[in-house]
Amino acid sequence: MKDKTADTTTDSAQPQKTGAQCVIDGLVHAGCEVLFGYPGGAVLDIFNCLYDAPFQFVLTRHEQGAVHMADGYARATGKPGCCLVTSGPGATNTVTGLATAYMDGIPLVCITGQVALNMIGNDAFQEADVIGITRPVTKHNFLVRDADELPDIIAKAFYIATTGKPGPVVIDIPKNIQKQKTAALPPASVTMRAYHPDMPINPAEIAQFSDLLNRAARPLLYVGGGAVSGDAAEVLSALAHKANIPVCTTLMAMGVFSDEDPLSLRMLGMHGSVAANYAVDHCDLLISVGARFDDRVTGKISAFASKATIVHIDIDRSSIGKSVRTDLGVHGYVKPVLEAVLPFVQAADHAEWIEQVQRWKERFPFTYPEQGDVIMPQYVIEQIDKVSKGQAVITTDVGQHQMWATQYFRYTRPRNFISSGGLGTMGFGLPACIGAQFGRPDALNVCITGDGGVQMNFQELVVAVEHQLPIVVVIINNGYLGMVRQWQELFYGRRYSGVMLSQHERAPNEHIPEATRYLPDFVMMAEAHGACARRVTRPEEVAPALAEAFASRKTWVIECIVSPEANVFPMIPPGSHVAEMINRTV
Amino acid sequence: MKHIINCLVENQPGVLARIVGLISGRGYNIETLNVGPTADPTVSKMTIVVPGDTHVIAQVTHQLSKQVDVIEVVNMTNRRHLDRELILVRVATGNHLSRAEIVDLASLFSARVVAVQEDSVTIQMVGNQETVADFLRLLKPYEIIDISRSGVIAVGRDVVDHDAKR
Repeated sequence: MKDKTADTTTDSAQPQKTGAQCVIDGLVHAGCEVLFGYPGGAVLDIFNCLYDAPFQFVLTRHEQGAVHMADGYARATGKPGCCLVTSGPGATNTVTGLATAYMDGIPLVCITGQVALNMIGNDAFQEADVIGITRPVTKHNFLVRDADELPDIIAKAFYIATTGKPGPVVIDIPKNIQKQKTAALPPASVTMRAYHPDMPINPAEIAQFSDLLNRAARPLLYVGGGAVSGDAAEVLSALAHKANIPVCTTLMAMGVFSDEDPLSLRMLGMHGSVAANYAVDHCDLLISVGARFDDRVTGKISAFASKATIVHIDIDRSSIGKSVRTDLGVHGYVKPVLEAVLPFVQAADHAEWIEQVQRWKERFPFTYPEQGDVIMPQYVIEQIDKVSKGQAVITTDVGQHQMWATQYFRYTRPRNFISSGGLGTMGFGLPACIGAQFGRPDALNVCITGDGGVQMNFQELVVAVEHQLPIVVVIINNGYLGMVRQWQELFYGRRYSGVMLSQHERAPNEHIPEATRYLPDFVMMAEAHGACARRVTRPEEVAPALAEAFASRKTWVIECIVSPEANVFPMIPPGSHVAEMINRTV
Repeated sequence: MKHIINCLVENQPGVLARIVGLISGRGYNIETLNVGPTADPTVSKMTIVVPGDTHVIAQVTHQLSKQVDVIEVVNMTNRRHLDRELILVRVATGNHLSRAEIVDLASLFSARVVAVQEDSVTIQMVGNQETVADFLRLLKPYEIIDISRSGVIAVGRDVVDHDAKR
């Protein structure tokens, strides 16, 4: 491999700039408004140029925080998120964030520094095979071997990240390339021989689709993240109302169809509503709109929607027929597909079906045991909805609180629920909330998190404080890693192993010589980071604390000490059919 | 069933690793893999033999097609094609009798003896998957000292409308 720093020959009449400057120019050209990142030896040249960049740079406290912030920004705005980290450990710290974005189809461009080209493979200081490591968790990645290619690669990276099924793209830039001079400019447009995200819609598929829909007696729309990234909320609503089709959504699509719409059955799947899961089981036509039949949705595959003809609309051809038998695959972006089919869909009332679904909704609402003096976690979520008048943009971590956040907050608009769905990444919520706040500064951004998840990236709180971001972090503290504890309660004979975050009732080999107290003390911890904080332990304290935090326009942490062993119901055990649903309310 | 998948890819560093990683990462098996240049120096052709049912092969094909560096994926098994594999096999010849038998067997398969040693003969054999399997089966009674196989390569036999392709 040749180090081109020394011997680049380009037309001397052309203005020359360094590869590092190309990175900044490429980001500007791509419309970057805010870059999240963390410096290091292998990106010093880029940071030097960043000093004069026309967009905002946000220094995070961990590279994982940077990727999750870029991700939260992307989910909240629909624009690609951007982050910049150094080589070696900087790059490896992004892997969880990249995998999170990859699973959920979120557009990100992550720039990583790399050791100089002639050092690659030498086990140089802070060297890691970032291309090899990130390959399975990115949509694509590039190792830049010549600064002349850099403007083109940056443009391609944004193009790949934002088209087709969106996803993260890594650009690995060796240090000598950052110093190399080049006259190359960003291309006017991107063309790629082997990548064609805009496939024309097949009219035959549309005809078959409308035919199936017009003949169906009990149709059901099952809507996923593709409807959010594909900006299909409006046409989805038009279709649902034209033919009176009930709608259930996945975790990724909360709010793309308003929870307050009479046709909404809310979320389906393991912790979805009874009505949604019954509807899946009884429908005769299931229309998947940009959803991918995740195992948390389907449960037992062979019994899933067993009475239904299945239509699957997806921009990702490989997703169609991957998990379940599909009777009709419609390949394309969901919005143009639904727009194409809409004129052929006959208005219908499906009165009997709608009535049936309505009965399920009324008979099986989300309910939880009555609370006495102890706060029920579900109550906290309800109060967040009530006090924010349903206007909050919610981010979550992963586990019980995440599921309660889908059940007890009513989402009415897309991009107002931001959560790690596919990968289930704890530690996502707080940085994602910060990223969302940068993207939508006028929104009320609330992070609903647990005492487990929040500790995984708590250090990022200082970023919110120093930028004076009025985010509100609500910690649902039950002293447990609650979802794992719930599974241990239900499926492992209540043997609580490795789930105690508090000091009591630990397994014999986990005993620690600690008297019971708040540990960590989240209030002190938040205050040490410069945030306002309060601990609430009684139900009547919840709403006033939220109201104060929501009104204050300061960074807030509210710790709610909740009932330790509350469970998420309904629950369809993993790999099971809806008939095996557990739904205890007392 | 085994499927022969031809894959045209950008001739760039890392593409082979991407393809192999994709297939293994999703739990599929590669039986043989052959990579070589094409008439266009910017394009490489990979011939991948993957065992699996229709569902598995459809997934492999779609996943490959999705890759940014993959230009075209063709499941050759579904269309008229020629496939060939080259093997070099060194067989022990304990006595003159067995040498004669092995050479005789080779000639039945139009295989060539490319080296002879005191204790062995080395045979070069070219054939499609079936023929190679037959030949190796008939060699079973003898002691195979070493074998190297090129992996399958395949080319389509249908008339290609070059103008339409462009």
